[in-house]
Amino acid sequence: MERIDFQQLKAGEVNLGTSIMAVQFSNGVVIGADSRTTTGSYIANRVTDKLTHVHDRVYCCRSGSAADTQAVADIVHYNLQLYSQSAGSPPTVHTAASLFQKICYENKDGLSAGIIVAGWDKEIGPSVYNIPLGGGLFRQPWAIGGSGSTYVYGYCDATYQEGWGRDETVNFVKNTLSLAMSRDGSSGGVIRMCVITEAGVERLFIPGNELPKFWQGTEVLSALKSKALDPQVVPMAVE
Amino acid sequence: MASVFSPPGFDFSNQLRNNFIAEKGLPLPKATSTGTTIVGCLFEDGIVLGADTRATEGPIVADKNCEKIHYITESIRCCGAGTAADTEFTTALISSNMELHGLSTGRKPRVVTAMTMLKQMLFRYQGHVGAALVLGGVDATGPHLFTIHPHGSTDKLPYVTMGSGSLAAMAVFECGWKPNMTRAAALQLVKDAIAAGIFNDLGSGSNIDACIITAAHTEMLRNVEMPNVRVQKERQYGFRRGTTAWKTENVRSLVVSEEITLIGGDEMDTT
Repeated sequence: MERIDFQQLKAGEVNLGTSIMAVQFSNGVVIGADSRTTTGSYIANRVTDKLTHVHDRVYCCRSGSAADTQAVADIVHYNLQLYSQSAGSPPTVHTAASLFQKICYENKDGLSAGIIVAGWDKEIGPSVYNIPLGGGLFRQPWAIGGSGSTYVYGYCDATYQEGWGRDETVNFVKNTLSLAMSRDGSSGGVIRMCVITEAGVERLFIPGNELPKFWQGTEVLSALKSKALDPQVVPMAVE
Repeated sequence: MASVFSPPGFDFSNQLRNNFIAEKGLPLPKATSTGTTIVGCLFEDGIVLGADTRATEGPIVADKNCEKIHYITESIRCCGAGTAADTEFTTALISSNMELHGLSTGRKPRVVTAMTMLKQMLFRYQGHVGAALVLGGVDATGPHLFTIHPHGSTDKLPYVTMGSGSLAAMAVFECGWKPNMTRAAALQLVKDAIAAGIFNDLGSGSNIDACIITAAHTEMLRNVEMPNVRVQKERQYGFRRGTTAWKTENVRSLVVSEEITLIGGDEMDTT
């Protein structure tokens, strides 16, 4: 029997054309995402929550197919509950990330899921793991993902510095996502963020009309015209 | 020759065959699709679901007054769009499983339970079960409203629309929805949203069905609004007797007359 191309079978699928991000700082991690879910050109949900709880101090950011990433996150959530009950202690972020990787790698032909796993554990404190499309697993100090991330790699490289505190990190995530959302048509809406520390998980919400603003563009054509026009010239009188 | 190893999961070889046959010019029979407007809306003490009543087979209206709000449990209902047979059978299956789940746990099953069952089934079928659903209901944890797409993704929102008329209906919701609406206001908004689908989407039409679910009571409003009732024709289009002229007239007797001759035996006693 021949293999079927699963990508081809999934025409009209709900997509998380997305901007997602996770950054670690001294005593925690900040994760963030836009809120747009699309089916083709239609926004199926403009206030989506792409920051998904998988354990008390471990969250994931989902990008790719909504159905695939929800199914994978549900399976991981279930397995981590079993794990913490039988082990008697919460799982490490690496354990959660490895579970995600196992599922993403073993079903790489059938899934389109780009996932960032981030959180806090007793062993190593805050950590961020990136699991891109093929099912790799990479620990990074910061990770960005989704279609919008391609626009802001340069900004992140130029801006990120080690040793930041909570507020600087939150600002970094907020600014990066705002820039990504303004350039990527498949990202937009509001910014949702989570600050995960040993103490707990704090949710942050930035409405669409309160996003950080950057260069908005100027009207080049009208500026040129007004310069070229002689101030003496008056519009022709119309009877 | 097929390999001895068979991978886990479903066997899609028949689909390959069907695609091949379709390419050669023998298309598969078309499924009845509910080109549809279905909506759901949260209000102060429950959920209102709404649906139109048109079912289509390509350009033909297959049913002018079908029911698209399906029963899951007494306080959970589900509107279906997409392939009519798929919505009908998935909701029936989940309804059955929810009844059994309620019996085995001894509790009223929750809306998330139905949502999880539906999404896991639809995900398993990888979109081949073409059911796009709006699931709403009230349970011990309060009112809940979900959309479930054919591939198995779900969204939880205070107002939702699905089907081909979802854009028209969503426009009405985006203008009119407010948090903590009254029962009457929510029902009117749902009726307006479905009406927008009926009048602006070719795939939707006929009447409006609604269903109001609260913690205490579920009220199914079948055909709450009938904006497309066939009216009495303004004129009689029958022809007057004797309009047609004729040259010859020939009347034939169509009654066959039979003569019965009994052979042997006594005549049956029919007294």
